[in-house]
Amino acid sequence: MAGTVACVVCEGIVKLPENCGLGEILVCADCGTELEVVGLDPVRAEEAPQVQEDWGE
Amino acid sequence: MSRLRILYSRLRAEEKQLAAAAEAKGIPCSLDDIRTAPWRIEPHEGDVFLARCIGHLQNTAVARLLEAGGARVVNPSRVMETCGDKLATSAALAAAGIPQPAFRTAFSEEAALEAAEELGYPVVFKPTCGSWGRLLALASNRETAEAIVEHKAHLGAAHQVFYLQSYVEKGGFDVRAFVVEGRPLCAIRRTSGHWITNTARGGRAENQPMDSELCDILGRVQTAVGGDFLAVDLFLTRLGWLVNEVNDGAEFRNSSAPTGVNIAEAVVEMASGLMKRDKRGEKRGVKRSAPESGASSPGE
Repeated sequence: MAGTVACVVCEGIVKLPENCGLGEILVCADCGTELEVVGLDPVRAEEAPQVQEDWGE
Repeated sequence: MSRLRILYSRLRAEEKQLAAAAEAKGIPCSLDDIRTAPWRIEPHEGDVFLARCIGHLQNTAVARLLEAGGARVVNPSRVMETCGDKLATSAALAAAGIPQPAFRTAFSEEAALEAAEELGYPVVFKPTCGSWGRLLALASNRETAEAIVEHKAHLGAAHQVFYLQSYVEKGGFDVRAFVVEGRPLCAIRRTSGHWITNTARGGRAENQPMDSELCDILGRVQTAVGGDFLAVDLFLTRLGWLVNEVNDGAEFRNSSAPTGVNIAEAVVEMASGLMKRDKRGEKRGVKRSAPESGASSPGE
């Protein structure tokens, strides 16, 4: 998937990876904020949730 | 038509690799975000679920719901319960006589300090639930242990089960080995100048040859814990292999390249085999009577 989304924190332009999916995490190169893709049509991103205690592998 | 359903709550590289591998193999597959709709118990037939949610509690919960409807989940919830709790893992390994670092459990601050003295310093405090090397604490002496214990006392109920492990001199590396359907698949050696060697914490990965001793202990771990896809963390000491942890929801993005093994492909092939078995009715009787609340899970 080509395209971009605006960072919700600094309004920097964040490129979308190929085959971008819901729940994917993007990192804003301008401010370092982790963004979560929450919509694909149109593409929307929100600040990603903080790591929870039971996260991991 | 039966599908391989990959469940997630955060889409990581691994889930995308699994979906791509399924597509390449012609295995019908979907990626399902578990957060998009409420879940109910419903009968399932034929589909196999790869539970890949990033949170242990959510992953176990969704697996339980699916299993109650007769679904085959990789890994089964009982395996998640064992692997998601370091104390439960240690207990399962101990019951099977599998070598592991010495450990103690304590339920009060005083007993935790006594446990540290018993094990001898340095000693590692670990949360029973958690990953990526988070909140591990290395105590080199009594004073550090006292500080750690005091801090843990303020971290909530989950930290009131103190789990302490002897610090193992591991020569700057540990090993992560992957086991698919009971068979050792490949392994990486994780090297780091830091005592925590997780690749999530910057550990460097290279291939670890699979010798017979390693394969033997991995087979024993799989028998003790169960599961379709495990990642086993081990230390190599002068006395042989010690099993440190067993993971049920392994990340593997840093492991396929150094080992040359397509781990995602191995996992979807295993799951595809389960789908075929399920279709032939070999695995188990599918519960057909839906509970009263009965219908759907996201994506349906």
